[in-house]
Amino acid sequence: MSTVPARTAQDLTADVAGGIGHSPQRPDGVLKVRGEFAYSSDLWADDMLWGATLRSPHPSARIRGVDTSAALALPGVYAVLTHADIPGPSKHFGLVVSDQPVLAIDEVRYQGEAVAVVAADHPETARRAVAAIRVDYAVREPVTDAAAARADDAPRVHPDGNIVRYARIRRGDPAPTADVVVRGEYAIGMQDQAFLGPESGLAVPAADGGVDLYVATQWLHADQRQIAPCLGLPQDKVRLTLAGVGGAFGAREDLSMQIHACLLALRTGRPVKFVYSREESFFGHVHRHPATLSYETGATRDGKLVYVKGSVVLDGGAYASSTPAVVGNATSLGAGPYEVPNVHMDVWGMYTNNPPCGAMRGFGSVQAAFGYESQLDRLAAALGLDPVELRLRNALHQGSTMPTGQVVDSAAAVREILTAVRDMPVPPTDPGTDPLGLPGGAGNTTHGEGVRRGIGYAVGFKNVGFSEGFDDHSTARVRLGVVGGEPVAVVRTAAVEVGQGHVTVQQQIARTELGVDRVVIPPADTSMGNAGSSSASRQTYLTGGAVRAACRAVRDRVLDRARARTGVRDGLDLAGGNVVDAGGAVLVPLAELLADGEIDETAVYRPRRTAPMDPDTGRQDFAHLQFAFCAHRAVVDVDTELGLVRVVELAAAQDVGKAVNPGALVGQIHGGSVQGMGLALMEEIQVEGGIVRNPSFTDYLIPTILDTPPMPVEVLELADPHAPYGLRGVAEPPTISAAPAVVAAIRAATGRPLTRIPVRPQDITG
Amino acid sequence: MDFLRPRTLDEALAMRAERPDAVPIRGGTDVMVEMNFDRRRPGALLDLAGLAELDTWHRTADTVRLGAGVSYARIMAELADPLPGLAMASRTVGSPQIRNRGTVGGNLGSASPAGDAHPPLLTAGATVEVASTRGTRLVPAADWYLGVKRSALAADELITAVHVPVAAGPQQFAKVGTRNAMVIAVCSLALELAPATGAVRVAIGSAAPTPRRCPDAEAYAGAEFADRRLWTVGSPLPAVLVQRFGELVAAAADPIDDVRSTAAYRRTALAVLARRTLTWAWREFRDGGRRCA
Repeated sequence: MSTVPARTAQDLTADVAGGIGHSPQRPDGVLKVRGEFAYSSDLWADDMLWGATLRSPHPSARIRGVDTSAALALPGVYAVLTHADIPGPSKHFGLVVSDQPVLAIDEVRYQGEAVAVVAADHPETARRAVAAIRVDYAVREPVTDAAAARADDAPRVHPDGNIVRYARIRRGDPAPTADVVVRGEYAIGMQDQAFLGPESGLAVPAADGGVDLYVATQWLHADQRQIAPCLGLPQDKVRLTLAGVGGAFGAREDLSMQIHACLLALRTGRPVKFVYSREESFFGHVHRHPATLSYETGATRDGKLVYVKGSVVLDGGAYASSTPAVVGNATSLGAGPYEVPNVHMDVWGMYTNNPPCGAMRGFGSVQAAFGYESQLDRLAAALGLDPVELRLRNALHQGSTMPTGQVVDSAAAVREILTAVRDMPVPPTDPGTDPLGLPGGAGNTTHGEGVRRGIGYAVGFKNVGFSEGFDDHSTARVRLGVVGGEPVAVVRTAAVEVGQGHVTVQQQIARTELGVDRVVIPPADTSMGNAGSSSASRQTYLTGGAVRAACRAVRDRVLDRARARTGVRDGLDLAGGNVVDAGGAVLVPLAELLADGEIDETAVYRPRRTAPMDPDTGRQDFAHLQFAFCAHRAVVDVDTELGLVRVVELAAAQDVGKAVNPGALVGQIHGGSVQGMGLALMEEIQVEGGIVRNPSFTDYLIPTILDTPPMPVEVLELADPHAPYGLRGVAEPPTISAAPAVVAAIRAATGRPLTRIPVRPQDITG
Repeated sequence: MDFLRPRTLDEALAMRAERPDAVPIRGGTDVMVEMNFDRRRPGALLDLAGLAELDTWHRTADTVRLGAGVSYARIMAELADPLPGLAMASRTVGSPQIRNRGTVGGNLGSASPAGDAHPPLLTAGATVEVASTRGTRLVPAADWYLGVKRSALAADELITAVHVPVAAGPQQFAKVGTRNAMVIAVCSLALELAPATGAVRVAIGSAAPTPRRCPDAEAYAGAEFADRRLWTVGSPLPAVLVQRFGELVAAAADPIDDVRSTAAYRRTALAVLARRTLTWAWREFRDGGRRCA
């Protein structure tokens, strides 16, 4: 049997100086730029087989029979598995609810659902074997309208009904009235995370009857927890090691090929590798929930919000995935980052036969923000107020009470970030006549004809970390030893580097806490304690907190040794690889202290524990750990005759508490802004009758560099006293406010209501 | 799958005759995508990348013979003066990487209604040169496109070159896509003015099963320009003329609703592009220059 699969260089030990507040080069940066970084799709074992998946062509069908005989008869095919081959005890998986069959059992509920898997000695053979499997489908009419699926007599996607979760808020006056009331209906299309590295991994059967899985994921322990019961193995016999991750954005939070690869490896006794094609990838992961929103917003004549009534239907598709938590966010954050005395929110997360939807950057907040921000602009127009001024008059701040009743107990810099983007210099008005700088870009569609400029603002917010009572925590182990006469820290966690730069942050924390330069980050694996997911903007907070705690435990022991050795009691510190005194003078080199033996400490970091919202009122004093805010100002040029848009500038301001790595942080804000802009203008998985019409990067468009405007960023650092280093999660907020800001700017340029994103050219031309 | 690598054009033609199942490949920007998406599993690939005969262009007084293997990047860099419309269309193709690999020969071979090179070839009255072991023949671009991804190319033929008349007046090309670069056309339009003959020529892409000329719009504009003696007077175009021209171009389209857009939007956009490109080309003619974009 094989052991560790061959991989190309993935050296995370490179010496990159810099602690907290610096922007050291990422240890994986040069490898990635050179194309030398080993992604999960590069995994290799000499004796491995190739896995392939048969997927349903129908969004809804009974399976009357599956005939695998022709596939099994093909030379080079080692196994063909259906649900009957799953050892169990479980044949289902799911992040929150275990409702998704590993392989379809008697029915399929979405186009692309896995029905059978194959292992063969060549990927082409595996594909042919998949094509040779005969499935007898009795096609059913799919349930595709999430709002209609709420009806009692609607056809059921699952036996217990179509509502995955309904949540609500009832705060204040049950029948509020106001001087000025605006209403709006809004819709959001299905956005894809569009990561570049397709789902892939390698399962290697182990001598102990277990399996080692090398995989690109977001959360090793959640994978392990779901995989093991389907293999009939105890958790410790299913060992996961992180392989190189080519982007995630939420799409790797659910399982894809993990169980399939393990099943085939255990069945064949050979390592089994899966790599999804780009097209298959569109069916291999969950997407952002499409949503329909209905809002009513009331205010006094002088622009103070009186009430918000919101009703949101999120289409969760065929399986629950993280829909319950997405519903929680859309509910609790659905009134926006404003002080609103009376709030009614009703949010449904639904089962349909559309593609399953789950985690994506912004997670429920993105959908709600398009609703509440569009409403604020409508209200500003109705009041004759400047949209920024209206927002400032109602801005949430520290000490404000959320619709749940939760008091915001650290900075809520809504006013500061809005003013910051408003006060940035505005780009020159004349767009010139070069098509590349105009809407339509390289297409040479205008030399200035029909072009009008618009400016729009939006602010959004997001909960950081897991909410509503989840026992959120992370674990880190830090070992301080000597290599080649120099002190070296080894930081081990199960936290996943998805490209966000977490390995860099871990190194920075260890350098700051331990005063050493060399910090090694071994690959994350399940031999370490749970780190939680690389999602919810939480890893720097949670795993950063764990690394800091472990480092401080190591540091305490080092200083104890130093005190014993030197007799100096007070003012000891670690710096430059030495123990120094209060004046900075070297007392003893770390290398010398560690000659007595390395120091090894493990720490679990638990932030304050949240609690569930009341199901009737949404009431909860501490549903969310922390809130993070971002504001955008979008400047756009719109070709009003062709409906084409060029974003001229997308300025952002965000409070981050503490910029642990300012360079990476601005990169996150840029990336999130572009992802939000993509949702506003072009990114949509088009689904018709449950069928995906554009599963390719030819027709699922994401912004290119020529679509990407200058993005000035202002970073505020208002420390949160409850968080490590005062930091605030960063990754998601920019994705939330970018889309409504861009759409507001297009509305300003065109006068069109534009209630649906992405905005299509024909929505502008009418 | 066999990978055939001829060293000369004659060898390539012989292979093509022997292996009707072989798909010719040059830049691979279409063929490889189809293979990667598992839409095509040909018995063989016939690699034309090594054939120097296809990689050159030659200009005479009134025509450019453009080898089928000349990349879009080279057209932009080397042929913008004699073939401005084709060079403008080349600038809208894919990304820099695609333009380094992709060729007009490949566009003609794929014969997609969305191919960016087609409309300017149609307005220019280009001729496609094809060869086989039976000999060489010339096919007018207007007769090349038979249907969606179907062309006049016979199973044993290879596209060797396209003969494009040197621009005799202002040429324009515009393409609508839903992002600002690297996008397949929602619709496209090429236009040229031929002051010597008084012709206004216009062709559209992604607007019908094949790229096509717009004869009614051309006839209308030709007659109006003549009646109003615009070529000699050189006055600005009357708004009513520009408007009507746009309507006739839109009417020439036979578009569909698909994943990239709607039929109605395509008609709207083609009318806009027709009005704008006619105005740009006319301004260029009046200014006496050759190009304005």
